[in-house]
Amino acid sequence: MGDLTELGLAASRDGLSARDFSATELAEECLAAAEAAGALNAFITDTPERTLKMAADSDARIAAGEAGSLEGVLVAVKDLFCTKGVRTTAASRILDNFVPAYESTVTENLWAKGAVLFGKTNMDEFAMGSSNETSFFGPVENPWRSVDGKSRVPGGSSGGSATVVAARLAPGAIGTDTGGSIRQPAAFSGIVGMKPTYGRCSRWGVVAFASSLDQPGPMTRSVQDAAVLLGGMAGFDPKDSTSVDMNVPDFEASLTGDVRGLKVGMPDEYRIDGMPEEIETLWMKGAEWLKEAGAEVRPVSLPLTKYALPAYYIVAPAEASSNLARYDGVRYGLRVPGDDLTGMIEATRAEGFGAEVQRRILIGTYVLSAGYYDAYYLKAQKVRTQIAEDFRRVFAEVDVLLTPTAPSATFVRGEKSDDLISMYLNDVFTVPASMAGLPGISVPAGLSVNGLPLGLQVVAPAFAEDTMFRTAGVVEEAAGFDERPDAWWVG
Amino acid sequence: MVLDKATVVKIARLARLRVPKSGQEALVGELSEIVGWIEQLGEVDTGDVAPMTSVVEVPLRRRDDVVTDCDRRDDVLANAPEKTAGFYTVPKVVE
Repeated sequence: MGDLTELGLAASRDGLSARDFSATELAEECLAAAEAAGALNAFITDTPERTLKMAADSDARIAAGEAGSLEGVLVAVKDLFCTKGVRTTAASRILDNFVPAYESTVTENLWAKGAVLFGKTNMDEFAMGSSNETSFFGPVENPWRSVDGKSRVPGGSSGGSATVVAARLAPGAIGTDTGGSIRQPAAFSGIVGMKPTYGRCSRWGVVAFASSLDQPGPMTRSVQDAAVLLGGMAGFDPKDSTSVDMNVPDFEASLTGDVRGLKVGMPDEYRIDGMPEEIETLWMKGAEWLKEAGAEVRPVSLPLTKYALPAYYIVAPAEASSNLARYDGVRYGLRVPGDDLTGMIEATRAEGFGAEVQRRILIGTYVLSAGYYDAYYLKAQKVRTQIAEDFRRVFAEVDVLLTPTAPSATFVRGEKSDDLISMYLNDVFTVPASMAGLPGISVPAGLSVNGLPLGLQVVAPAFAEDTMFRTAGVVEEAAGFDERPDAWWVG
Repeated sequence: MVLDKATVVKIARLARLRVPKSGQEALVGELSEIVGWIEQLGEVDTGDVAPMTSVVEVPLRRRDDVVTDCDRRDDVLANAPEKTAGFYTVPKVVE
C-alpha cells in the first residue's frame, strides 16, 4: 500500500469509496504520522481511540453500502469546537477541564456525512492571536523552517489545524476565522484556508470570541479539498440566530477552471508601507496568471482599508469582553477561591486567562464603558458600515478581488511578542473582508527568498463562494505550488 | 499615556479581573499603546452614517416561543466546579 498520508481530502474520499483501502487503514497511517510529530505540538487533545472507532463504523457503513458523502475522511478539529464527551479547552487554562455535553453543529454535520474526528488542534487562547504563541498548551511549530533552522510560527489563531494539514498528519482540518485566523495561518503554512460568508456555517457550539465576526471554515492542501470540506460543514442551523437559511451549492462543481471574462479587482490600498517587495511581486504574478487565463484585471479603490484594523480592534475586543463574561468560576471551568463571590470571580479570571486575552477583555470593557461608548464603539461600527459600503461599491464593478493574504512570510517565534501593534498588523489584509462578512480564501502561491510559503487571497461578494473557489482554483493551477517542508520533526 | 492608572484599575474592576499592583504599570503602557493606535479612527468622517448592526443583509429570524430542549439538569451541572444537591454552589453572599 502507498503512503496514505499523502492523499488529499477528496483523493482519500474517492479511494475509500472505490475501496482501494479502508477507513481504518487510513486512520492508522495518519495516527502513526501524528504520533511521530509530537514535536510540532499541533494537538491539545489526541483522540486515537475515538478516531479508530469512528473509522471502524465508517468501514461498516461502506461495507453495507450506506456510506455518507465524507465517509471515512479524517478531519482534525480546532479546539474551539465543542465535541461531545471530548475535552474542549479553547487553549485556555480556564477551560482546561471542560468536557461538553453537546456537539457543535459544524462537527455534527461532518460526522453525519461519515467524516472521522482526528484530534483537537492547538490554537491561540480563545482564538486571540496571530502566531499561536498565546496557547496555554504551548506554541505550535510551523513545519516550515528557513535555512536558519529557527522555529517559525504557524500563524494564528488556527495554527494547530494549519500545521496538521501542512505536515500531512491529516488531509483536512477545520478552523475558525474572526479577523484572519484561518487565512493567515494557511498562508504561513503553505496550505489552503477559507473563510466563508458570515452566516454560511453555524456558530452553534463554537466557543465565542467576537460573535459578529466568527466564522468556521476549512483548511486543506487544495482548493478542491476546501470546496468539499466546506460542503460538509455548511448549512442552515435554527440554533444559530445568524445562520443564513440558504441552499448549500455544490462547491466542488464550481471549480470549472474557466475565468474567461471574469473581472478581477486589485485594491490600490493593499500596497502598504514597508511591505516586502516579494509580496508585491507575487501579487503581480497572481494578476498575470488570471489575465493569461482570460480574466480582466483592473485596479480598484477601497479607501477605508487602513481603518479596518483599528476598527476591528474595537469591535472584536468589545464583543469578546461581553462573551467572556460567562467565565466566572461558577458554572464550568476553573475556580480559584477568593474572599467573597466577587473575589472568587476576579481571582478565577486573573489566573484562568492569559495576558493577551486579559488585554482584549480590558480594551473591550473600556470601549464599551460609560463615557467612551460613542467615541470608540459606536464610531467603529460606523466605520464598519463604510467599509462594507466600500466593498459593495467595488463589487458593482468587479466579480472578485485579488490581494496578498499577509504582509510577510512566517516569522521567528518571539520576534513580535513585545510589539502588540506589529503583531496585529499580520491581519491587515484579512480583517477588511471579515468586517464586511465576505468570503475569502488563501491559496499558496510561491516561496519567499528565505524559502517560506506565501499566499494570495481571493475575496468575493457575500455568498459568492462559487466564484471565489473558481478563481482560487485557477490561481492554484497557475502557481503549481508543490513545495513541502522537510520532515525535520520525525524521529 | 492615553490611559492613567486609575482608569485601568477601574476597568479591571468592571471586567472582574484581579490585577496585582505589580502588574498595573505595564498594563497601563500596553493598553495606552493599543488605545492610542485605535484613536486614528477619529480621522474618518463618519457624518450621519448608521452604525452597523448586522453584517449580512438578512432580517433576524423569529421563532415560536416554545421549549426546544429541557430536563438536562445533570448535563448542565456536569462541568460545575462545585455543586450540591442539583445546584451550583458559590461562596456565601448573604450574611
